[in-house]
Amino acid sequence: MASVAGPARTPFAKVSRDIIGALWDSDLRYRMMMLILLTVIGWAGVAWIYQIKYGMGTAGITHPVMWGVYITNFVFWVGIAHSGTLISAILYLLRSGWRTTINRAAEAMTIFAVMTAGLFPLIHLGRVWYFYFLAPYPNQRLLWPNFRSPLIWDFFAISTYFTISLLFWYSGLIPDLATIRDKLKGAPGLWGRFKEKLYSYLSLGWGGTDTQWRNYRRAYLYMAAIATPLVLSVHSVVSWDFAMAITPGWHSTIFAPYFVAGAIFSGIAMVITLSVPFRWALGLEDYITEYHYDNMGKLLLLTSLIVGYAYIAEYFMAWYSGDPAEWESFRWRAVGDYMGPFVIMTTCNVVIPLLCFARRIRRNIAAMFVISIFVNIGMWYERFVIIVTSLAHEYSPGAWGLYKPSWVELSITAGSFAWFLFWFMLFAKTLPAISITEVKESIAEGVWSPGDKKEEA
Amino acid sequence: MAARETVTAIYDDIHTVVGAVRSIREEGYEDVSVFGPIMETELEDAIGAPPSPVRRYALIGGLTGCISGFALTTWSSYYYPLVVGGKALASIPAYVVIAFEMTILFAGISALIGMLIHNRMPTLTLHAAHQAGYTDDLFGVRVVCEPSRTAAIEEMLRSHGPDEVRVER
Repeated sequence: MASVAGPARTPFAKVSRDIIGALWDSDLRYRMMMLILLTVIGWAGVAWIYQIKYGMGTAGITHPVMWGVYITNFVFWVGIAHSGTLISAILYLLRSGWRTTINRAAEAMTIFAVMTAGLFPLIHLGRVWYFYFLAPYPNQRLLWPNFRSPLIWDFFAISTYFTISLLFWYSGLIPDLATIRDKLKGAPGLWGRFKEKLYSYLSLGWGGTDTQWRNYRRAYLYMAAIATPLVLSVHSVVSWDFAMAITPGWHSTIFAPYFVAGAIFSGIAMVITLSVPFRWALGLEDYITEYHYDNMGKLLLLTSLIVGYAYIAEYFMAWYSGDPAEWESFRWRAVGDYMGPFVIMTTCNVVIPLLCFARRIRRNIAAMFVISIFVNIGMWYERFVIIVTSLAHEYSPGAWGLYKPSWVELSITAGSFAWFLFWFMLFAKTLPAISITEVKESIAEGVWSPGDKKEEA
Repeated sequence: MAARETVTAIYDDIHTVVGAVRSIREEGYEDVSVFGPIMETELEDAIGAPPSPVRRYALIGGLTGCISGFALTTWSSYYYPLVVGGKALASIPAYVVIAFEMTILFAGISALIGMLIHNRMPTLTLHAAHQAGYTDDLFGVRVVCEPSRTAAIEEMLRSHGPDEVRVER
């Protein structure tokens, strides 16, 4: 929709206009980008079909490393998903004013990241057409799934997480969708009428009456309140996929908090990575400012320190346990065949984020963008290091081995990034990427208003 | 009942709306409704409606989820007994995870359903008094009253500096 000429009547009207104005118009750059993404997704699809046809031998996973890049990607994407709920639910409960402009995009990111993550257990299955065996129902002999298994916990955790995130995101969208519906009233042309119809269905008949608001705000509050323990539980459960096994390098009680911190760390990094090009492309520089990056930088730093502490604690525990297998696993992780990934992991996750101690760097959007990319890389390698080095170097030296991803695995990994970005870009052009309602609330409460960089915060 | 009249005032600032609603409520008028793009706790308090019933949905949903999580896991363990290492058939600590996730799932879904039921959503028919501005930057205060009190209410609403006041008879 072309933006309406002339100044807006009120700050509220300006917010609606700016955010809705960023929708639908897709320029050549956008279309080219979508085309590239679709090509990569298509290629990954080919690779997957190839793997299904010729079997799991086409992937690099083999004894002793039966969990490779696929499970790395799974854990990575679940981790990315976490900051969305953190920013939307936890910061909502804490009444942090700065969340308002990034929460919608972060929640969308959560959903797309879970959608991406959810594909990997399927891709990892040799016979993907039996994926429904995961669902909790009995087989022909009335034997139920083993509810003691962390893998079935994970099925429950991830599907609950996806459902709740989706509902939470959608309920946040309802008032905004109604704003769009009312803006589109009487839009000309077939396309205009289609859009009006679409948004009026999507907004479910929201009218903004006080009764509606009262019920809505309650429901939203409860969703936030239950999403908070949920987000902590989901990555804990993912970590137990590893920690419940007796593999050296995995069997550790620190795993749950360590993974949760890592998840939030990588998620915040992904929010920064995506929001920088996105605020620029949609012309929303006034809405996501240095103030927001400053705060995200602080969160990034905090979680980086927790992750760094966990790395050190892991080594201490391995040494202090006096268990030779455990210690050998950790020694080899740092100086063995996978020393490269280990160095990338520690540099990107522990050393580089230390730059965020400087306020000048936190408020420099370009610098934060670069740091966030390093963190994304580092966190992917962290998952790789934990999974692969532990499996490659278990108890018996005779069973040690190495793993190298095949072209199929690498193609599907690249495809997962394209798949995630594809959905995100589609979202940015069809739904209000910044919560219109919450920005208005921030203005009304005097917490923050568009263009405000809060220098003296 | 005698025919009732409706006074609608339109404001563009939520703080004014809070003042207007408060003065109307202090005079004892019951039938006040507010429309707007945002809502604040202050305004909710000024309107003074009872707490939303959604909380009951969330509680009942959560309890149902928790119970069914434990029930499913425990019942299925006994339904097909597989004794491993002489341990008990049902393992409460392991099942806590499932029960917890089910609690969250059911509580979230039922809170949302409760919200939809009490908001009469989804629907395509908006409130008869709905205006496009109510989802953008305008707040409407709508008071339904006896014809004899219309003038007083109009006066009161006007004193808060509305953009517009309308009386429907």
